[in-house]
Amino acid sequence: MNPFSSGTRLREMIRAIRACKTAAEERAVVRKECAAIRAAINENDQDYRHRNLAKLMFIHMLGYPTHFGQMECLKLIASTGFPEKRIGYLGLMLLLDERQEVLMLVTNSLKQDLNHSNQYIVGLALCALGNISSAEMARDLAPDVERLLQFRDPNIRKKAALCSIRIIKKVPDLAENFMNPASSLLKEKHHGVLITGVQLCTDLCKVSSEALEYFRENCIEGLVKTLRDIANSPYSPEYDIAGITDPFLHIRLLKLLRILGQGDADASDCMTDILAQVASRTESNKNAGNAILYECVETIMSIEDNGGLRVLAINILGRFLSNRDNNIRYVGLNMLMKAIMVDAKAVQRHRATILECVKDSDASIQKRALELVYLLVNESNVKPLTKELIEYLEVSDQEFKGDITAKICSLVEKFSPAKIWYIDQMLKVLSEAGNFVKDEVWHALIIVISNASDLHGYTVRALYRVFQASTEQESLVRVAVWCVGEYGDMLVNNVGMLDIEEPITVTESDAVDAMEVAIKCQRLGLTTKAMALIALFKLSSRFPSCSERIKDIIVQNKRSLVLELQQRSIEFSCILQKHQNIRSALVERMPILDEKTFSGRKAGSLPTAVSTSSIIPCNLPNGIGKPAAAPIGDLLDLSSDDAPPAPVSSGGDFLQDLLGVDLSPASAPSGTSQSPKTGTDVLLDLLSIGTSPSVQSSSSAIDILSSSHDNKAPVSNLNGLASHSSLSANATSPASSAGMMDLLDGTGAITQKHEENGPAYPSLVAYESSTLRMTFNFSRQPGNPQTTFIQATFTNLSPNVYNDFLFQAAVPKFLQLHLDPASSNTLPASGNGSITQCLKVTNTQHGKKSLVMRIRIAYKTNDKDVLEEGQINNFPRDL
Amino acid sequence: MGIRFILMVNKQGQTRLAQYYEWLTLEERRALEGEIVRKCLARNEQQCSFVEHRNYKIVYRRYASLFFLVGVDNDENELAILEFIHLLVETMDRHFGNVCELDIMFHLEKAHFMLEEMVMNGCIVETSKANILTPVQLLEKTS
Repeated sequence: MNPFSSGTRLREMIRAIRACKTAAEERAVVRKECAAIRAAINENDQDYRHRNLAKLMFIHMLGYPTHFGQMECLKLIASTGFPEKRIGYLGLMLLLDERQEVLMLVTNSLKQDLNHSNQYIVGLALCALGNISSAEMARDLAPDVERLLQFRDPNIRKKAALCSIRIIKKVPDLAENFMNPASSLLKEKHHGVLITGVQLCTDLCKVSSEALEYFRENCIEGLVKTLRDIANSPYSPEYDIAGITDPFLHIRLLKLLRILGQGDADASDCMTDILAQVASRTESNKNAGNAILYECVETIMSIEDNGGLRVLAINILGRFLSNRDNNIRYVGLNMLMKAIMVDAKAVQRHRATILECVKDSDASIQKRALELVYLLVNESNVKPLTKELIEYLEVSDQEFKGDITAKICSLVEKFSPAKIWYIDQMLKVLSEAGNFVKDEVWHALIIVISNASDLHGYTVRALYRVFQASTEQESLVRVAVWCVGEYGDMLVNNVGMLDIEEPITVTESDAVDAMEVAIKCQRLGLTTKAMALIALFKLSSRFPSCSERIKDIIVQNKRSLVLELQQRSIEFSCILQKHQNIRSALVERMPILDEKTFSGRKAGSLPTAVSTSSIIPCNLPNGIGKPAAAPIGDLLDLSSDDAPPAPVSSGGDFLQDLLGVDLSPASAPSGTSQSPKTGTDVLLDLLSIGTSPSVQSSSSAIDILSSSHDNKAPVSNLNGLASHSSLSANATSPASSAGMMDLLDGTGAITQKHEENGPAYPSLVAYESSTLRMTFNFSRQPGNPQTTFIQATFTNLSPNVYNDFLFQAAVPKFLQLHLDPASSNTLPASGNGSITQCLKVTNTQHGKKSLVMRIRIAYKTNDKDVLEEGQINNFPRDL
Repeated sequence: MGIRFILMVNKQGQTRLAQYYEWLTLEERRALEGEIVRKCLARNEQQCSFVEHRNYKIVYRRYASLFFLVGVDNDENELAILEFIHLLVETMDRHFGNVCELDIMFHLEKAHFMLEEMVMNGCIVETSKANILTPVQLLEKTS
């Protein structure tokens, strides 16, 4: 029975499968065949085993599971006939892989076959070993393979060489054994052995550096000679492809020369002649010739500098780029990427061609060209290049928009010569493709806007115009909403007009209209609506005339089903109704956000998208552990650069928290390294009143997130009104801190913490000035040494009554503070009464550090607002 | 390393031959084949033969009704792989005489034998048609 005619059964099966019209039919046929095969396996059918295996392979290729055939493969391998062995090995390689345990059973058969007298069987075994051996198999059979490297038959030698590659990959320790045989392989004449020998040497160099040294010293002349022989050899029909003898061998030799010459000047010198010869004499009208030229240019670019060669290479590059064949152009663009590191000026000459390629209809070429453009940009040409890219953005496909947008944004950020240009470009990008833009990008934009104080008017007017035009791009809407909220007065009063602007009249109600649109529009997401609510709130303070209308709008959201909106609207309407006096303090202008801190943090969480450009080096001031290195191999996959969702790296997004958008622990930014705009208190968190030792304090950076700074820097803030405020200032986790501020005033029931019996502490005059005295009484619960209850008593020492009395306190990060509502707001004069307020302090560093606190007291007397501040250092040590 | 997989797919997207040099599960394979084939089939004649997919490149060429796709590492020479595909087709042509898709389907194991002689573990072993076809022809003679 002829095992390889496969009978009619295999053919019939194939015919049957082809005749199936639907997938269900095909599955039925396959299932029947599998059942038949399984039955045959159970019966241990000898004759048709090979045929069954052939059928199994076909079925496997179609994608059906075929693991029941694995033992059949082993049985076939173990049989003595060559055809059976052949198909057994084929099945082995197709149906199994190195992870299956069944493979271990094959090791013995393999060992026997490796020592077989029939060289074809040896070849089979080597092939199988080379394709799927696991580490243990490799270790066991390595000595046999080594021996076979010197076998008399060249076919065996070549297969043994490739097998060795796999072995050294799996077991790098064995690499030294193969060094010597490998170098002798390089002196062969047979092309098959030569090509595999070269590949073996290439891999040896990659795996072990001493192999690299060894080859560098001994083999370079031999290699150069071989290459010369091949390049000059006469026509040989066996290996000839398109007039060139064995281009594959050419290419492999060039690759090995590249690895050997990289970084080593002497080695590079030996190669220069042959490289020049190959580069100049290879014909380039056929693909084979071009392939060799491509490899040659890559090699020239990688080895040590030699002026003449480089010129040759760049010429070839130029020829490739202007070729009409798309394949060649693609390859040319690839080469340019390598060349740019070596000789940037030459690449700049080809800038126009590259820009054209960006607009090419071929997707692969477009991608390559885009990456090149990104690499090419420097300060001098950033403006025209960005203009081109933005124009292209408008016409590009959807799948590219994300890439291009990200690239444009990073370009603009890195190289923008002037803030106004930056803002302009970003506005254009956002209006085109705002939906593809990542959050960090528009956060950065907001920071830049807030830093460019002279451009506020211009920016807000531009944004308003764009916002009126369309509300499609959500990031744009968010930025617009924020700006209008912040700088609404500039918008209405046309403050800070620049020469290039046209005048625009916007009334207050127009601005409020715009915000209303943002809230009501169905398409916009939760974040945008929340931002619009805050913006309206800000506007209510800046535009007192519209305040009623704004209140109505905000109140409409009180019953919103979304918790975020509901909470905000309730809080804001509460403030609007009852706490008018603090409203203006709450919504003052934002402090100028610290660009450096932000960019440092951002660079830690956003990897750059191009591998060859250098990563923005930065010292993360807050010591976030995430490395700044980009996923280098991932040129094409920009979406994988999200910051991890841990609260640590949400510090990478502090602006988001600044805007109060996230419900997660908001980390307030630092804004105090530059003097605040209005000179009054600095708002650390939009929703709460913060103490601002900034103006007075010496260490001006109130950076909650900078743990590398002095831990004792008095930091977070507390709302004196809020009773629920929970400040979680973790000393341990360096980045995240500050909890949600909750403006609900004391309507929630906070029971007075009763002062339990515990160790008694003397009462402390915490603060005393000519007009006011504050005393603290301490108590503690016995089981909880870290928590202290303080009752603060305020006594008025002046002859005037104090109204609207407000006490605030701030503590460093390792403390947690809770304030209960005060007993009253009015402090009678001359000590006739007092106000008491309860505080609860938890010291996470109990025993190591004692309490410190900064306080601020605000009140009205004789129609004057008075503010007193101080620091309390004299707490008992063991609190 | 080098070559990761070789596929032969017809215009309807059915795989006719699949040889993988790195391990992928069945579902991954089918998903991969589906994605790649869709990308290649969607391209027209003028576009270049190289497609970038995830972290490797696909070099493909169309011969009559069959697409030959080779997935390679990023640092491989694409033009050389293009030549290799041509060599593969010529070798099969010499053996089968005017090879067509049906030949490959019905003699799948022979096509695999030839491919194995040419590529091992992702590296090109032999480029001379005579040397490649010798063992295969010997096998035919004995059977």
